[in-house]
Amino acid sequence: MRFVDFFNALLEGKVIGQKCLDCGSYTCPPKATCDNCASRNLEAVELSGKGVIRTFTTTYVAPSGYTEEAPYTVAMVELDEGPWIVGRIDLPNEEIERLGQDLIGARVSVYGKEFPTEPFYPDKKRRVVPMFKVEGLR
Amino acid sequence: MRDVAVLGVGMTKFGKHPDKSLVDLFAEAFFEAFEESNIELKDIQALYYGNFVGEMTDGSGNLSGFMADEIGLRGIPAIRYEGACASSSVAFREAARAVAAGYYDIVAVGGSERLYTAGTEIGTRALATAVDGVYEITAGLTFPGVFALAARLYAKTYEIPLEELREMMAMVSVKNHKYGAINPKAQFYGKLGDLKVEDVLNSRMISSPLTLLDCCPMTDGGSAAIIAAADIAEDLVDTPVYVRGTGQSSAGGLFRQKEDIIRAIPRKKAAEMAFKEAKMTPKDIDFVEIHDCFTIAEIIATEAMGFFEYGQGCYAVRDGVTSIDGDLPVNPDGGLIGKGHPVGATGVSQVYSVVKQLRGEFKENPVKNAETGMTDTLGGDFGTLVNIILSIHRR
Ligand SMILES: [Zn+2]
Repeated sequence: MRFVDFFNALLEGKVIGQKCLDCGSYTCPPKATCDNCASRNLEAVELSGKGVIRTFTTTYVAPSGYTEEAPYTVAMVELDEGPWIVGRIDLPNEEIERLGQDLIGARVSVYGKEFPTEPFYPDKKRRVVPMFKVEGLR
Repeated sequence: MRDVAVLGVGMTKFGKHPDKSLVDLFAEAFFEAFEESNIELKDIQALYYGNFVGEMTDGSGNLSGFMADEIGLRGIPAIRYEGACASSSVAFREAARAVAAGYYDIVAVGGSERLYTAGTEIGTRALATAVDGVYEITAGLTFPGVFALAARLYAKTYEIPLEELREMMAMVSVKNHKYGAINPKAQFYGKLGDLKVEDVLNSRMISSPLTLLDCCPMTDGGSAAIIAAADIAEDLVDTPVYVRGTGQSSAGGLFRQKEDIIRAIPRKKAAEMAFKEAKMTPKDIDFVEIHDCFTIAEIIATEAMGFFEYGQGCYAVRDGVTSIDGDLPVNPDGGLIGKGHPVGATGVSQVYSVVKQLRGEFKENPVKNAETGMTDTLGGDFGTLVNIILSIHRR
């Protein structure tokens, strides 16, 4: 599976990964080998697109190419199928600061959002970011 | 395999060097190492040079040949090693292995980097080339970001209130700045030596919960060492410092490592490899120069290397165990936080500090009765990990 396939699906609201036909575990984002057993016997599947926040950070000093977007909050989410993915929490900064560590463990659903690419990003047309929508917030 | 020893070490003052090129910085460090090695230039058979982002900071790649030519070694094999922040530690390890294998007798190793002069935006983007270039950078993950993610996960996993962890992290910065302030080669020499925990907590937020003073600075600098087969070294210098063991390991992105990011598994593997080769255990190590790119990084490193149990490294800092007069002095040269972090030059600058300590030449902040020291260098989000054990005792 190509990296753009993952991001194209994300823009359609789908999280796609790979199911290992040897050990049964899931790999996401895609890889040439199973992330658990290194098998190449993989099948592309659509995942639930749901998971929990395991850790996060609000970035105030951004790299060249990303400064317009700062501050933004990067998180690692554990998908229900097991893989972890990196993306951004789509809450306002003040809300994130108020919640603090309590955000860890919050359930999220994943969608894709398009941003302008930057000179060093592999996709020269666009940059897609996995976005995490926190569920159950008032 | 033959025993290997360090003949000489050199490093530039770390800090801002807008007027010195990557080549200038390396040459300056090299000749300091050369002067104390009691050899002639023609004795050096190869150059192992570490640099991470010369293309981005100086628009310059293919660097190793220019380095060799600059120091009068035109024509020798010259190789550039890139392993992000561990670049020159990888170079050192490969150089030591080549000498151990008997392929070369005497080689030069080192590195140089110019991140301070590059400025914060370019520097931050350059450093971020060490995260996953597709799936992590797209979200704007930075290097402070990587360790901020680790800090929050550490607090959650070991059930430490974040504010309590932040205070213990701040103590790492206070300690390392205290030592950096008395190291004449350090970026913060004469500065920030009397930092308080509150100063760290209240400095500018970079990537929550890491503040500016939780982070090592952007630095320009160069470092070098000359190493030789131990039998040759013993005829050349009074105090050869022996390379007793080295280890290296790798990993993919943070998201592939999952909760293991706070256990730094590649570091555990690299350290175990180095201990095994040295026939030593963590108890044999008198002090360590650790990759404290961020305060939490030092804490995680001391655990993964086997000095403390997982989740206990923060209390070791709090209780003074890692201070210069504690059981395990960590970063008596100021570490990356106090001394500076010219990425590609950092690993060999740690070797410089350990060698100087073991020879009793580290006058500013000597570790008492130090006979064996260890370095720890981390490249990327644990993608390249190198540990080196150095001793005044031959095996
Ligand atoms: Zn599998």
